[in-house]
Amino acid sequence: MVNSAFFLVLRRMRAPIIVLTVIYGIAVIGLTLVPGVDAEGRPAPPLSFFHAFYFISYTATTIGFGEIPTAFSDAQRLWVTICIYLTVVGWSYSVLTLIALLQDRGFQKTLTVNRFVRRVRRLKEPFYLVCGCGETGNLICHTLDRLGHAFVVVEKDDLRVQELDLQDFKTDTPALAADARKPDNLLLAGLKHAKCRAVLAVTNDEEANLAIAIAVRLLNPCIPVIARARTPSVAANMASFGTDHIINPFARFAEHLALAVAAPERFRLIELLTALPQTPMPEPHRPPAGRWILCGYGRFGHLLASHLRPAGIELTIIEPESADSGSLPTIRGYGTEAETLLQAGIAEASGIIAGSNDDVNNLSIAVTANELKPSLFVVARQNHSVNTPLFAAYGADFTMVPGRIVAQECIAILTTPLLAAFLDLLRERDEAWSACLVGRLEAQGRGRTPAVWSIKLNIAESQAIYRLLMQHRVISLGEILRDGTDRGTPLRATTLLVRRDKQLILLPPDDFRLLPGDELLLASSLAARRNLELTLHNPNELDYVLTGRETSGSWLWNRGAARAKAAGLGSSD
Amino acid sequence: MNLEKVIFGFFIVLAATLNFGFFIGDIERPELHNVYELAAALIVSLIATALKFGDRTQIGAIHLSTSLVADLQLIAAAITWGVAVHVTGVGMTPHVTSSVVSLSGGALFANIVSVVILIVETVMLRR
Repeated sequence: MVNSAFFLVLRRMRAPIIVLTVIYGIAVIGLTLVPGVDAEGRPAPPLSFFHAFYFISYTATTIGFGEIPTAFSDAQRLWVTICIYLTVVGWSYSVLTLIALLQDRGFQKTLTVNRFVRRVRRLKEPFYLVCGCGETGNLICHTLDRLGHAFVVVEKDDLRVQELDLQDFKTDTPALAADARKPDNLLLAGLKHAKCRAVLAVTNDEEANLAIAIAVRLLNPCIPVIARARTPSVAANMASFGTDHIINPFARFAEHLALAVAAPERFRLIELLTALPQTPMPEPHRPPAGRWILCGYGRFGHLLASHLRPAGIELTIIEPESADSGSLPTIRGYGTEAETLLQAGIAEASGIIAGSNDDVNNLSIAVTANELKPSLFVVARQNHSVNTPLFAAYGADFTMVPGRIVAQECIAILTTPLLAAFLDLLRERDEAWSACLVGRLEAQGRGRTPAVWSIKLNIAESQAIYRLLMQHRVISLGEILRDGTDRGTPLRATTLLVRRDKQLILLPPDDFRLLPGDELLLASSLAARRNLELTLHNPNELDYVLTGRETSGSWLWNRGAARAKAAGLGSSD
Repeated sequence: MNLEKVIFGFFIVLAATLNFGFFIGDIERPELHNVYELAAALIVSLIATALKFGDRTQIGAIHLSTSLVADLQLIAAAITWGVAVHVTGVGMTPHVTSSVVSLSGGALFANIVSVVILIVETVMLRR
């Protein structure tokens, strides 16, 4: 594969090189046969091979030093005239072929693929393979980049890949413009690379996501694959061969909305923890119960209805085409006109969902409904990220962006597997507990969502504290959650969960004693994360945070200090 | 019959025969080794090399490498001749002649290997 560009050049240059060799052969041999003339005009022997080759070399390349070593006879000049035209044709042909080859699209494609393969092969750190770099993929890439993870992108659209090159990522990002449905392209992108951690199939095409999921399952069963699916049949198909995570943004949003109605504080907590890290804090959503109007009863509408009804919400549906809505009251129309909305009973409704697949219609529904009843809770579905300014200007109570939901879930699953365990435990907690934790996270975050991350107290991730713990040193959680630059200030971080073997400890207190092998799930800013990671990894930093001593860690200095200490102890006896 | 195969075989065998023609004869006597024959052997050998470009099979790779060896040897022989006759002016002494001819002898060996591979390839062919 890497050599293919070289072989392509050789193959294409075959004819020009043969032509050039033949022309040189004819010219040189001819020149060694034509008799010359000496200074007095007497016939002289022809040029030898050496001189003939020298002469043809500088004549053919149009350098033209003149008639060397002696002036030519007329017969030689006649032959040289023929040679000049022959060789110029030969060289032009060769050069033109080479230039045409360099401009050839196929050849350039080969070169780009070669460069991509080389860059993927050189990746030293673990990386994620992102298939599809549309709205969702782009969001995922940017978040991964901010969190400092490497990733490789495979995207069908050439233009998007070129745009990706223009965005300055911190990490080295190889991107290939190719169809991810073809297993070959996935392999080129490092599917079987030892450092490939997971594959994300987040293209806009359902079938492509399915194809990627099955290719990963068969070619590299060890790594997880996360796939986006919109239709239940594709999701079922993916589940049938063991896709690790299937994300359906519609279903996820319907679950969230139902949860927001039933348990607003728990929903708020989940929203904070699964939001993209270090983004502005989302507004709290408090959707009211009661009667709601649902505009658009397609796939999204169906999922919403099936989740909202158990939460105790009565629905009235507005749908332009006749749909099988079962027992739900249905009104024909788009919901963009006041008449339809009044007919649906907007006067008694407490909320409205603008859930069609047309952004302009959704905005129109939301604006009309708000004019009719300003106190209405408005949920708007945004289909395309280009319309973000419009939705932001309107400011719905709750905006649903499918790409964002998928990206959030991917990041949460990939970066912190422990978070899923935490969210499971959350179900058993009451609203007051959630509200308390939300208050703590909001105060700590200063208007930004926290990054949720985990660290294991082992030799690889946090060697300094691991060594101390192995010496049976007693260290409590509160002792390490201190600012490494000034140990007087506590670190703005919350420990959500500690996993010790199979045991899970929710919200451990400050005097919680740490043991080697513990895995901590924390919520903090990225700066606090770096701070704590350094403390746990670097023995000198840890020493300062635990005791307040400033040590350099130099062996000589430490020995000197130990001796001084021993002498001090000895004299005091 | 494939014209490409005819041309390919022709040039490989011609490179070997021309080389043999130059090589044969008493190694010290310049009159038995015509310089035109050396030139022809070199040109044909270069063409044969170009013909082998771009074949990505294993046999193609060995073909190309033997040809490159032959080229290298013949170019070395030509340079030896050029230096002796034109640069140092020693002329074709028995010493110079024997080194030129022995260099072409090395090229002949590479060319023979080429021909052997060609024959092996043909024998392996089932069509």
